[in-house]
Amino acid sequence: MEKFEKLTGIAAPMPLVNIDTDMIIPKVFLKSIARTGFGKNLFDEMRYNRDGTEIADFVLNKPQYRSSEILVAGDNFGCGSSREHAPWAIADFGIKCVVSTSFADIFFNNCFKNGILPIVLPQEQVDLLMKDAEKGENARMTVDLEAQEITTSDGEVISFEVDAFKKQCLLEGLDDIGQTLQKQSSVDSYETKMAQERPWV
Amino acid sequence: MSPKTLYDKIWDAHVAHEAEDGTCLLYIDRHLVHEVTSPQAFEGLRLAGRSVHAPDKTIAVPDHNVPTTAGREDPAQMTTESRIQVEALDKNAKEFGVHYYPVSDVRQGIVHIVGPEQGWTLPGMTVVCGDSHTATHGAFGALAHGIGTSEVEHVLATQTLIQKKSLNMKVEITGKLKPGVTAKDITLAVIGETGTGGGTGYVIEYCGEAIRDLSMEGRMTVCNMAIEGGARAGLIAPDETTYSYVNGRPHAPKGAQWEAALNWWKTLYTDEGAHFDKVVTLKGEDIQPVVTWGTSPEDVLPITGVVPNPEDFTGGKVEAARRSIEYMGLTPGQKLTDIEIDTVFIGSCTNGRIEDFRAVAEVVKGKKIKDGMRAMIVPGSGLVRAQAEEEGLADIFREAGFEWRLAGCSMCLAMNPDQLSEGERCAATSNRNFEGRQGYKGRTHLVSPAMAAAAALTGKLTDIRDLI
Repeated sequence: MEKFEKLTGIAAPMPLVNIDTDMIIPKVFLKSIARTGFGKNLFDEMRYNRDGTEIADFVLNKPQYRSSEILVAGDNFGCGSSREHAPWAIADFGIKCVVSTSFADIFFNNCFKNGILPIVLPQEQVDLLMKDAEKGENARMTVDLEAQEITTSDGEVISFEVDAFKKQCLLEGLDDIGQTLQKQSSVDSYETKMAQERPWV
Repeated sequence: MSPKTLYDKIWDAHVAHEAEDGTCLLYIDRHLVHEVTSPQAFEGLRLAGRSVHAPDKTIAVPDHNVPTTAGREDPAQMTTESRIQVEALDKNAKEFGVHYYPVSDVRQGIVHIVGPEQGWTLPGMTVVCGDSHTATHGAFGALAHGIGTSEVEHVLATQTLIQKKSLNMKVEITGKLKPGVTAKDITLAVIGETGTGGGTGYVIEYCGEAIRDLSMEGRMTVCNMAIEGGARAGLIAPDETTYSYVNGRPHAPKGAQWEAALNWWKTLYTDEGAHFDKVVTLKGEDIQPVVTWGTSPEDVLPITGVVPNPEDFTGGKVEAARRSIEYMGLTPGQKLTDIEIDTVFIGSCTNGRIEDFRAVAEVVKGKKIKDGMRAMIVPGSGLVRAQAEEEGLADIFREAGFEWRLAGCSMCLAMNPDQLSEGERCAATSNRNFEGRQGYKGRTHLVSPAMAAAAALTGKLTDIRDLI
């Protein structure tokens, strides 16, 4: 997995609440058996007309946001399906950090598996970052995971919380499976115990 | 010992390793797999030279892409991409040696219907699947939730998940339901009350007399939509209803093991005085037959209501409601019972079980659906289909004018050929009314099976209480 340490980039504002995984990547694009190539269809139905032309007023189609690396979004971002195609599409587009007042649980977990940092902040701070994002390409935010700080284009610093284990995995780009297999002996002894206690499982 | 919730007990019974910061390796008893979210996970195993840790606890079935029309064994019925996904599952199931129900097997169906039906899902288990509606299995008092594809690979390789414990939330439905009110109305009413983010960070335990009175089918409907309320999982403590459903199923324990299992299952309840971090209580008698008007499952109103005005909301919901109402082609103040319907879809992991079909048959028996109405009933599994045939329900549906399909997810998420066209309006027994969910620019109103049946007859969203 790609490491996430410090990122300075353009933030795109998407104030709509309840942006669901069907909006992030509609199911017609779930038929691939690969993990890559979803970026061009990120937010497909909001981003393109039926004939494939771009919808000019969608944020990521505006010239100043085409190379956004951060998304500042409305409440409950990523609700709906468990499809990891949603964070795959976000990462493939080039977005590495999403800020919102809340995220759906499965989407939140999926982000960390794909080098994306989801940040939860109170409403006033998300509002402030939304305003900063609305300034466009000259307004670059910095997200520093090690320091757990976002710096706005005006130099205002906002701290954020992140789970220590997940932070470490992102900073070092660690593979979960490899880490778990190091604890295989605990799993083996659990299985031995359960074969006695709950053999029907 | 301090009192524990049902969730606490199941969690504690599955922690294989706990780190100092509370990060746990949670042991997974059953891993359900379908064709859409698993190919990249199996590919990951292959690339790393890993095997499936517990193939005997891994159950695969194709459901999302499969056509539901006759002759579907003919691969030409699927698009190339769909066929590749289904064939990839065929190949992966064989290569890694997991239990498998292919399209040609009568037991094939929606993964969340097949699991319980075959007795794979048992009380007190941990059950995961790369699908958010895994919450369904919570009806058995199992801790069940959706996972992403990276986690699918993790479970395949290690039979565990890296997890931190969620908070406890209690949703109590007191008293009795009124006639015409169903499990679907309960679960939608709860989401209407708490919002789609109301359960985020929690595992919900549903309890109270109205929940106890539900059959297993009804309990599965309630837990299925826990995810729509944002919760990681929904649970209902096992009881006699649960045991009698499970007993005798192909993979349920037998003989002395059954007795041992039963003894443990009987300890799976929330202790008196256990702590809940959040409590929501609804009176069963206050719940009415409900429908959704918007594009979020929280956009719920009693069928007697009117389309709301976006200005009635606050914050970001004002813009979201405006967008929803425009997308849905509705007018604020319009009576919900005046909304005309083009299509009725009955099925899905929410409402594709035998009891749902009995409820539909009761409404449509000896009647005809409205002229021009497109109405389809899609059983949740081949066995549900067979049972409905045997009980004579299928004949009732066909005579009323419904299309009676083969098992699959079908128009719930429209990954197979069953889709809404642009602007087409559907009363659906499924679980999501998101923009484009049932087809590009399609419009979805979520309802109970009986309400969907009523809409098929009248051509409008209809109060089922007017027909009973």
